[in-house]
Amino acid sequence: MNRSPYISEAPSVSSIMLKVLLALVPGIIAYVWVFGGGILVTITLATVTALLAEATMLKLRNRPVQPFLTDYSAVITAWLLALAIPPLAPWWLIVVGTLFAIVVAKQLYGGLGYNPFNPAMIGYAVLLISFPALMTKWPAALQLAQTKLGFADQIQFIFSGVLPQDVKLDAVTSATPLDYLKTQLTLKHDVASIREAPIFGALGGKGGEYIAMAYLLGGLYLWQQKIISWHLPTAFLGALALISGVFWVINPAHFASPLFHLFSGASMLCAFFIITDPVSGPTTPKGKLYFAAGVAVIAYLIRAYGGYPDGVAFAVIFMNICVPLLDMHTQPRVFGHEK
Amino acid sequence: MNALVNFTKIFKFHGGVHPPGHKAESTRLPIGQLPLPEKLVLPLRQHVGNIPKVKVTIGDKVLKGQLLAETEGTVSAAIHAPTSGVVTAIDDATIPHPSGLPDRCITITPDGKDEWAERHPQDWRNTQCNELIASLRLSGIVGLGGATFPTHIKFRVGCKSDVHTLVINAAECEPYITCDDMLMREHADEIVKGIEIAKRLLGAEKVLIGIEDNKPEAITSLQAATTDTSIQVVVVPTLYPSGDARRLVHLVLGTEIPYDKRSTEVGVQVFNVATMRALYRYFELGEPSLSRIVTMTGNVQQPQNFEVLFGTPLPHLVKAAGGAKQGTTHYIMGGPMMGFDLPDENVPITKAANCIIAVSPNLFAPPPPAMPCIRCARCADVCPVNLQPQELYWFAKSDNFEKASDYQLFDCIECGACSYVCPSNIPLVQYYRYAKSEIIALDKAREAADLARERNEFRLARIEREKQERAQKHAERAQGAKQEGEKTPAPGAKQNVPSSPATSGAEDAKKAAIAAAIERAKAVKLAAQQAGEAPKNTEPASAEIKQEIAEIDARRKNVGLERPVAGSAAADADKQAKIAAAIERAKAAKAAAEAAKNANDNLITKE
Ligand code: SF4
Ligand code: SF4
Repeated sequence: MNRSPYISEAPSVSSIMLKVLLALVPGIIAYVWVFGGGILVTITLATVTALLAEATMLKLRNRPVQPFLTDYSAVITAWLLALAIPPLAPWWLIVVGTLFAIVVAKQLYGGLGYNPFNPAMIGYAVLLISFPALMTKWPAALQLAQTKLGFADQIQFIFSGVLPQDVKLDAVTSATPLDYLKTQLTLKHDVASIREAPIFGALGGKGGEYIAMAYLLGGLYLWQQKIISWHLPTAFLGALALISGVFWVINPAHFASPLFHLFSGASMLCAFFIITDPVSGPTTPKGKLYFAAGVAVIAYLIRAYGGYPDGVAFAVIFMNICVPLLDMHTQPRVFGHEK
Repeated sequence: MNALVNFTKIFKFHGGVHPPGHKAESTRLPIGQLPLPEKLVLPLRQHVGNIPKVKVTIGDKVLKGQLLAETEGTVSAAIHAPTSGVVTAIDDATIPHPSGLPDRCITITPDGKDEWAERHPQDWRNTQCNELIASLRLSGIVGLGGATFPTHIKFRVGCKSDVHTLVINAAECEPYITCDDMLMREHADEIVKGIEIAKRLLGAEKVLIGIEDNKPEAITSLQAATTDTSIQVVVVPTLYPSGDARRLVHLVLGTEIPYDKRSTEVGVQVFNVATMRALYRYFELGEPSLSRIVTMTGNVQQPQNFEVLFGTPLPHLVKAAGGAKQGTTHYIMGGPMMGFDLPDENVPITKAANCIIAVSPNLFAPPPPAMPCIRCARCADVCPVNLQPQELYWFAKSDNFEKASDYQLFDCIECGACSYVCPSNIPLVQYYRYAKSEIIALDKAREAADLARERNEFRLARIEREKQERAQKHAERAQGAKQEGEKTPAPGAKQNVPSSPATSGAEDAKKAAIAAAIERAKAVKLAAQQAGEAPKNTEPASAEIKQEIAEIDARRKNVGLERPVAGSAAADADKQAKIAAAIERAKAAKAAAEAAKNANDNLITKE
């Protein structure tokens, strides 16, 4: 029987996924530095929930548990979701979100390789729609907070919702830069004066911009390791810069600069870690360009005009729907064929 | 390395992979010669095309180079005695083919004298081109790169052909294989002479030798041998599969041969270096194709290249390489990217055998279990044809053959680059082979069903016509009788022929018959139109035809209707088994069909 090739030189699915996790580490370190250690608790909760949910579903679906558990794709989903939701949200929020992502968005569609939507983004969208108040209550960066919560205080708050005696909730939370920008713009302030508020940094939000840069660093590592191709991040960041640039040039008083958009919200996480999910994304080079650009444009429009401060999750989910179409219409020219 | 610098532009193709070469192992020693084996088993099928006609019988004494079997039909190749001896058997034996099925072979027991038959070198420079080409039919030369296409067919276009450029394939891009490398190092002059002959036979102006840069010694000797010629040695970067003919032509010429055309249609002909040497030996020395260089490598004591007579049993070759090392489980013919498991150690070396690899689990580990496709598109990044292997895989797996064809499945060269990089260890190429064979089988079944239906329609039309004719005759006779009756109203006439009302009766019958015929023809046409879907309107068919159609429909259903549930483990395992079975079936069917062509027709109906 002919079963060639007999040799292979492929990283295993596990090693690919582990590298993605590794690439998230700088972002997590920056996150801890900016918002405190609470995120580590959230990530741990998400990871445990994801693995348990994955194992249970695999069992129920009569599939081998071990190889699929050690492909680490569930862990990536867990980490991404944990990094996307507010770090001091109550413990059950991340558990519910992760459960939904793994059980519904991934396993019920057939598990690894078969999910048409990015599971983390589905989890995020479900939480945002169901618990909008919790999902928009972000802590202030530690550098800005009037009162700094210690690690133990953060843990206590996550699990019980109780703050130390002398601390008021308002003292530890703050609007996110995108959120703040949006509400201030509706109050007819212009961008320049809004950005003088202390929560803004040189590029995006104070603190947040460092996390974004750490994501960028991790993303470049993934690109260098050939885990992701240049197409997705470049097209996403390029399109986001372009569309925000056009609006900004037309009316700089009402629209924030491209740099602000690139380094705010989930932009960098999206560019390198979310839209690069291979399973729910397109496979052709051109399809990747259109996909990423589409996410950027929709996310920007939601930021500028929509009801939510950041639109990355909805943009990704919408573009996921378009993937089969994109793939079909962007087939590269086959050797020896006319286009 | 300076000598390797060449200034010819290289036109890269998409994708490609860099598997470890493992060529050093078998190039440490020069090409070795083997002692005469105890017997030589020559399969009649060592080439693409018809089986040649056997010209000897058991007991015949033959001389070295004597014709044993001559070409049959256009695409076929002759077979000669590799040494002198006696024909001791003409029977079925296991041949080196993935199917593992036995096939007809001529066995020669050497007499040890290695005595030549009369050789007829030809003064190829001063002989009519047509004559030379005609004589090539007797050479037994086939493409020695592994494709084994009869070489004389490639020259059929003739001396005033439109072929302006020869591309000589010296890339040898597969790992482990070094037979061409060693041949070039040691016999570059013979290769170059062969090229000159090919150039004359095709009337080509330009010759480019494409060789990968991992063979510096071969490049040097080729450059030395071509200094006084117009032949250009083009060094291409080492990248699998640059030795694929279409890829190589693109590399050295920048010409993309359209998928539906042959290279000759764009004025290019491609030959392998070893074939060129065989051409030289045939015309200059009068030696037909009797041997080839074979790389014996892998898990053997001393990997080496050998000049091996066709028909030499593999164990003889293994022994010459010092014997198999411990842990050898079986042998592969060809390279690790496109080769196949030999069904048995006891197979003869044939014209296709460029390389034999002794395999141990340490050398080629069995692949880990396949995971689902994660759509990472690594496969698409390396596909030299720029296909989308992940889509083809999806379509093949779900038996969506139409889509697979739409995505140019048949352009896939089965190079294995996609599987080579797949993180999910999916045996992609096996899925493609499966899909291709199923599509071919479906097309054949469809053709056969259409043919049967057509035959049936034809038969119906004939019956109708005969009926009409009978009615007509009947009517004419009645008419004649009536006229006769009118002329001579003999009393007896009335008893024999129908009288006046009969005339109109006969005419009515004729009309009715014609009307019925038209009706039935319509019905048949309708049935034919519906036939694509459900050819059930087989009412007037004869029993055999009915059965034939039914069988074909059943086969069609077998192939098309069992769609597995995506993602279910059972379905996956099922599919794997089905693929394996289909591959075997296709192979068996193919082998059977070919065997049937030879003599026994009954094999073909077995599945
Ligand atoms: S390399 Fe394998 S896993 Fe990746 S897209 Fe191709 S078939 Fe799927
Ligand atoms: S085997 Fe076929 S699909 Fe795979 S890389 Fe080669 S040509 Fe492309």
